[in-house]
Amino acid sequence: MKATCWRGKQDVRLEEVPHPHLLNARDAIVKVTSTTLCGSDLHLYNGFNPTMEKGDVLGHEFMGEVVEVGSGVTNLEVGDRVVVPFPIACGACGQCMAGNYSCCENTNPNAAFAEKLLGHAPCGIFGYSHLTGGYAGGQAEYVRVPFADIGPLKVPPHLTDEQVLFLSDILPTGYMAAEFCEITPEKVIAVWGAGPVGQFAIASAKMLGAERVIAIDRFPYRLTMAVEKAGATDVINYEEENVLRALDELTAGRGPDACIDAVGMEAHGHGIQYAYDRAKQIAKIELDRPIAVREAILACRSAGIVSIVGVYSGFVDKFPLGALMNRGLTIRTGQCHVHRYLRPLLDRIERGDIDPTFVISHRMRLDEVAQAYDIFNTKQDQAMKIVLQA
Amino acid sequence: MLDKPRDRTALATGLGWFSIGVGAAELLAPGMLARLIGANDTSAARKTLRVFGAREVLAGALILAGPRRSVPLWNRVLGDAIDLAALALAMRDREASRPRLLASMVSVVGVTALDAITAVRNARQQVTAREPVIESITVNRSPQEVYAAWRDFERFPRFMEWLESVRDVGNGLSEWTARLPVGGTISWTAVITEDRPGERIAWRAVDDAKVPNRGMVVFRPTAGGKATEVEVEMQYDVPGGRKLGALFAKLATREQIDGDLKRFKQVVETGEVVRSDASIHRGPHPAQPSAEVSP
Repeated sequence: MKATCWRGKQDVRLEEVPHPHLLNARDAIVKVTSTTLCGSDLHLYNGFNPTMEKGDVLGHEFMGEVVEVGSGVTNLEVGDRVVVPFPIACGACGQCMAGNYSCCENTNPNAAFAEKLLGHAPCGIFGYSHLTGGYAGGQAEYVRVPFADIGPLKVPPHLTDEQVLFLSDILPTGYMAAEFCEITPEKVIAVWGAGPVGQFAIASAKMLGAERVIAIDRFPYRLTMAVEKAGATDVINYEEENVLRALDELTAGRGPDACIDAVGMEAHGHGIQYAYDRAKQIAKIELDRPIAVREAILACRSAGIVSIVGVYSGFVDKFPLGALMNRGLTIRTGQCHVHRYLRPLLDRIERGDIDPTFVISHRMRLDEVAQAYDIFNTKQDQAMKIVLQA
Repeated sequence: MLDKPRDRTALATGLGWFSIGVGAAELLAPGMLARLIGANDTSAARKTLRVFGAREVLAGALILAGPRRSVPLWNRVLGDAIDLAALALAMRDREASRPRLLASMVSVVGVTALDAITAVRNARQQVTAREPVIESITVNRSPQEVYAAWRDFERFPRFMEWLESVRDVGNGLSEWTARLPVGGTISWTAVITEDRPGERIAWRAVDDAKVPNRGMVVFRPTAGGKATEVEVEMQYDVPGGRKLGALFAKLATREQIDGDLKRFKQVVETGEVVRSDASIHRGPHPAQPSAEVSP
């Protein structure tokens, strides 16, 4: 079968690889019908994750048709159409039972290694380095889905792939970011990053009742989408104005009640601090460039909430811990516990509360994946979300 | 019976004191010593001998501090090599006495051989008892269930990948076969020494085992009682010179037992050992489906 293989920094290729087999009784094999590129795939693409192997199959956002099920999977049948959550969760450990699916204790076979870097291990993730288990990903014709009785959600035939595909990651991720903010109508929410996750965070904040949501980015087309499609009430283009001053003005000096970081480790910025972080990241002294999260902490109202769903992988410095402590901020973060949100968000899509297709900017074929990565990475042609048909 | 290694530290101790004696002579009477070994008694030669003397005294002290260890003896072998090189260099001096230098070199070669033999012998004798390895994990089941899963020894090879088989032969006895990293297997019989359902199991290898080992596992409910803390303590004694035992002991590392416990948890909680596309291979492997591997 054909699969998207990582070959090195900014080098992905569609290659012929063996067809996946069932390895465990609770596995299913899914024939991918639609898949997509995630902003976090770009961290791998740009070589920021040191635990990649040449030949790794990428992709953690995908859906398709079940073509084979193991003897332990009783809730799925061949022919079922499913969307698959990006975290692999066992459903039986203490964390899964508590609903923290992305903290599953059993699905990361490289847990001992991950513990050395992160203290404790995160769950396994499809196509997302060896730190998260070394699972082949879904930018491919077929995928082996472990714990298929726990993760995949059957989708009704009247919904198109495009309507439900983003349930695999970015819609629940954006929603969780907003949910972290304990939204009430009077709370002002600021969102760093108006990429696909940021758009869904903004849309979710509105859905959860926020009256004012501020979008922060540097690309006018993204800020326009944030206002016109996601429902942002204000925008800040950080290439044109100072974000902290602009937020002060927009909130009469209070600061946003909650700040969402939907940017992550490859944040872009200006000035000496940005050059410093970038240089250190290249020299591998600092793994992550924490520009957005630093700003979010400084901007946040005292006793407010900073919600981090942008992806980080290692260590940062110049972290404003003093601001965090002295002003009583709460940080809430995590890889999305997608399993929790699948059903409720599917209901919202069916009810018409949200139409996730608004983020799609490009429709391409799996064959064109290398080109898709390039377009997405360089944000050519107003790239937002690229959907690949397998 | 486990044969106890005889005390063979006399030779090492002798070499240690010899080293200190030679070193003291080099430090205190370098001129006399230079003449004795046949070197030209220059101020450079005296300086060199003093430096060598300090080295000798240190080397001797290291041996006396650990006469069962082999590294200090290898350190002496290294020193002997330096001495030989220095003696060879001294030959170039016209003022030097060649017959005396040659005789000195022969004696150094003799001592070197003795050092090396003692070092090798010490290495073979080494490690009789190892520190017990203690690892623990939390399993999301009651102590009774986790105990029952552990007590079923025959299922161990499912999550302990280095075990070939375990056979429960009754009366608290079980026969264990492990795979060695270099190929081949090693077997022993274990006996349960304590068995308290829901609380603890202790075992040890019976007396004539090639790999004397004992272990204990304790099951405790977590605070609140929703899950079970499993704590394993294992100890392997490795008799000197027994190669199979030494190889086997390499398996009983913290990392190995930690991995075994993680897989035990997977089996108890999910019914299977979790496998990824990369983890089914030994060593690094790209995360892509594999043609040759079947379940």
